[in-house]
Amino acid sequence: MGTHSHTTYNFDERFEFAGKAKTWSLAAIIIGVIAIVAGFFVDGSHRMFANLLLMGYYFTCVCAAGACFLAIQFVAQAGWSAGFLRIPQAFAGVLPIASIILIIITAAGLFTHNLYHHWHADGITDPNSPHYDALVAGKSAFLNVPGFFARQIIFLGCYSIFGAALAKFSYKEDLEGSLNSYKKSFKFSAIFLVIFGFTTPIWSFDTVMSLEAHWFSTMFGWYNFAAMWVSGLCAITLTVILLKRAGYLSWVNENHLHDLGKFIFGFSIFWTYVWFAQFMLIWYANIPEETVYFYKRWEPEYKPWFWLSIIINFVAPVLILMDRDAKRKENIMIFVCILLLAGHWLDYYIMIMPGTVEDHRGFGLSEIGSILGFAGLFTFLMLSKLSKQSLAPKNHPFLEESLHHQI
Amino acid sequence: MSSHNESILREPLVTGKNITYAKVTNDILVPVENKPNAAWWIGFTVAALGALLWVFSVSYTFWTGIGAWGLNKTVGWAWDITDFVWWVGIGHAGTLISAVLLLFRQNWRNSINRSAEAMTIFAVICAATYVVAHMGRPWLAYWIFPLPNQFGSLWVNFNSPLVWDAFAISTYFTVSLVFWYTGLLPDIATVRDRATGLRRRVYSILSFGWTGNVKTWQRFEIVSLILAGISTPLVLSVHTIVSMDFATSVIPGWHTTIFPPYFVAGAIFSGFAMVQTLLLITRKVLNFENYITMFHIESMNKIIMVTGSIVGVAYLTELFIAWYSGSEYEMYAFANRVAGPYWWAYWSMMTCNVISPQLFWFKKIRTSIPISWVLSIVVNIGMWFERFVIIVTSLHRDYIPSSWAMFYPTWTDVGIFVGSIGLFFTLFLLFLRVLPGIAIAEVKLLLHSASHQQKLKLVKEGHLKPEQVEFYKESLDKYDSVSEEEIKELAK
Repeated sequence: MGTHSHTTYNFDERFEFAGKAKTWSLAAIIIGVIAIVAGFFVDGSHRMFANLLLMGYYFTCVCAAGACFLAIQFVAQAGWSAGFLRIPQAFAGVLPIASIILIIITAAGLFTHNLYHHWHADGITDPNSPHYDALVAGKSAFLNVPGFFARQIIFLGCYSIFGAALAKFSYKEDLEGSLNSYKKSFKFSAIFLVIFGFTTPIWSFDTVMSLEAHWFSTMFGWYNFAAMWVSGLCAITLTVILLKRAGYLSWVNENHLHDLGKFIFGFSIFWTYVWFAQFMLIWYANIPEETVYFYKRWEPEYKPWFWLSIIINFVAPVLILMDRDAKRKENIMIFVCILLLAGHWLDYYIMIMPGTVEDHRGFGLSEIGSILGFAGLFTFLMLSKLSKQSLAPKNHPFLEESLHHQI
Repeated sequence: MSSHNESILREPLVTGKNITYAKVTNDILVPVENKPNAAWWIGFTVAALGALLWVFSVSYTFWTGIGAWGLNKTVGWAWDITDFVWWVGIGHAGTLISAVLLLFRQNWRNSINRSAEAMTIFAVICAATYVVAHMGRPWLAYWIFPLPNQFGSLWVNFNSPLVWDAFAISTYFTVSLVFWYTGLLPDIATVRDRATGLRRRVYSILSFGWTGNVKTWQRFEIVSLILAGISTPLVLSVHTIVSMDFATSVIPGWHTTIFPPYFVAGAIFSGFAMVQTLLLITRKVLNFENYITMFHIESMNKIIMVTGSIVGVAYLTELFIAWYSGSEYEMYAFANRVAGPYWWAYWSMMTCNVISPQLFWFKKIRTSIPISWVLSIVVNIGMWFERFVIIVTSLHRDYIPSSWAMFYPTWTDVGIFVGSIGLFFTLFLLFLRVLPGIAIAEVKLLLHSASHQQKLKLVKEGHLKPEQVEFYKESLDKYDSVSEEEIKELAK
């Protein structure tokens, strides 16, 4: 048996958060904050808030995808991924902060009437008011301020708590080495996924779909889940490769990369599938209250971007990642991950902007500033979290399988 | 696919003592090489009578026309389409197990894929019969294909999802058949090598001259992987397009964007339930307990639970958005489903599809063979009701209240449905007699990595953590094919 003939790895290896990564992420945060403050004056609060919502939501989604990835690995008893589980774990660790930031953004936006003004306005549910909107009034049992925040806080709180619990078990496993943590992780993951599965559609109805409060689509929840999942996978993959480049994670090799690549390939197609199903069914049936959504996105301000999103998020990964070798090459994977992370920014942009800034779309200080600021913040928080523990869950019962993963 | 490095925590996929390659072949070929027993004959007779009922009901329909069914001016689609979608849905598990689980490297699929694929093919055949029967003039069935023709400019309507459906299902059937048959080749060759006389001649032709040399096996593996890659999007597209038969319309209750993935999830759900219904009996009657183990049963139950919950999310989303939309037609369609004259169908669907699979959260239930079997049937009853609810309750009260009507099935509707179940079982029972019900070659692959005797060997070698061995030992408790003695043997 060749089981023990592999090179010995240092599983106690820790990521040291210093040098360029730290400097650049801090610099991005500072530039971002300055640009965001300036953006309020230059581009106006309306556009700035739309961008803050976009990046706040994106940031939270990527962290939540980390928690979801972790939980799926446990319930599926996946062995191949054990070697890099600390990365999604670090994502999940940032989720509480991401959630708080998102809630602050939505609260500030809502109360200053910069966001959600289609359903949150004076007298909008009062039949005697000139602002009365019968459709919104009909939905007000769901679309109301206390309900909105209660759901945000409960859902995001839940995801954060479960993410933290999974991380705690994993660290405990490092110390104790018993199977208790594994068994508990399994149970918690199953419960978490049930909660996550039932609540994420509602969360996306609240946070994004209600920006255009008249419009509705049953697919919207799963469509947002697909976007979250693909961008989460790309962020995980990118982090893994960059850590390897920095000399860490020597036990992760092209076989693991290959599987991550397959996931990105497959779920990009899944994203396209739900995107297309939503689009095509609305286009085909041509019912005015539904088509209004795509009508806005087919105005000259958005149409090129609307189609570009499909090219980046579908055509590109399919063509680039179809080949086996492409999924095993770090450079190509870095390129695809960055492309798709940009692609899903565009995806969120097309979801959010037509309902907020309408045709006063732009790409400038507000957009670049918020992207820089949040990317820096995510990198900084995630890497600090990662540096707190060793990079391998050394007592994970499937670590051995992960080392020998070969496809 | 992990080999010798497989963790001891993973439950065995093959149990039993002294299992050798030869024993695997012998065990699996028993039903193929011997005369059927009484149980088979009884089952076959009942199923064949059902198939006869099908022949009779369909012939009667062809003779009289579609008027033989309970359809009326308002409800133009009812039992026929319900049954059609039900069968297509069931036909999803096979390709899902063989293709998607192969891509995900789930090696527990190896012992259930063969029967599941066969079941898929028979279910799709049953579904196809409804398409033809519904045409009224089946002798013109070829008109659904865009053939160059001599009837003037008579082309099919490419804008219609019904035409997409004809393409999707015929492609799916073809690829499923090719996949299934390719997988069968090494096993047919095994039967051939052990047979004599005419039998040998027949299996020899069927085996396409399989030699079993290295090159053949390499090609076999590549073909399997390519076919898996092709059939994965295909299996998802089939029910997607079936859902579009409804969702492209402007009928409240039909037109909703979540339909495609929701139908696919439902199809996987009902497909696995049908695999469970068939295999729980097959493993017992044909003594396959060592190959289709409690791990397989439990895993399938877990998939049933997950897909049932996904379907549940879709039901609730539909209900919620119908209210949220503020569209009175949408609201009425759903109020009518929940509390209208067909309320019992809606609540049967909810109970069977969403609530009953939640019982699988209890380990006692998902590892109990009788309960699993009953629940697998409950799920399929629920999935039949789902289609009935979608189709009939959305149609029977349309935009003009003066045309509102109820649908009542005739004996022909019932006869065709019951008959198609008979047809399905007839084909499945015949399959079990002439072809190996488990993929022999693929199960052999597991023998040196994932079998209980391999695990026992590892334990005896003694490099494992005692706690992990204990974990493995505990997981064996639920196995009906592992004796107390064998479990004790682990402790040395």
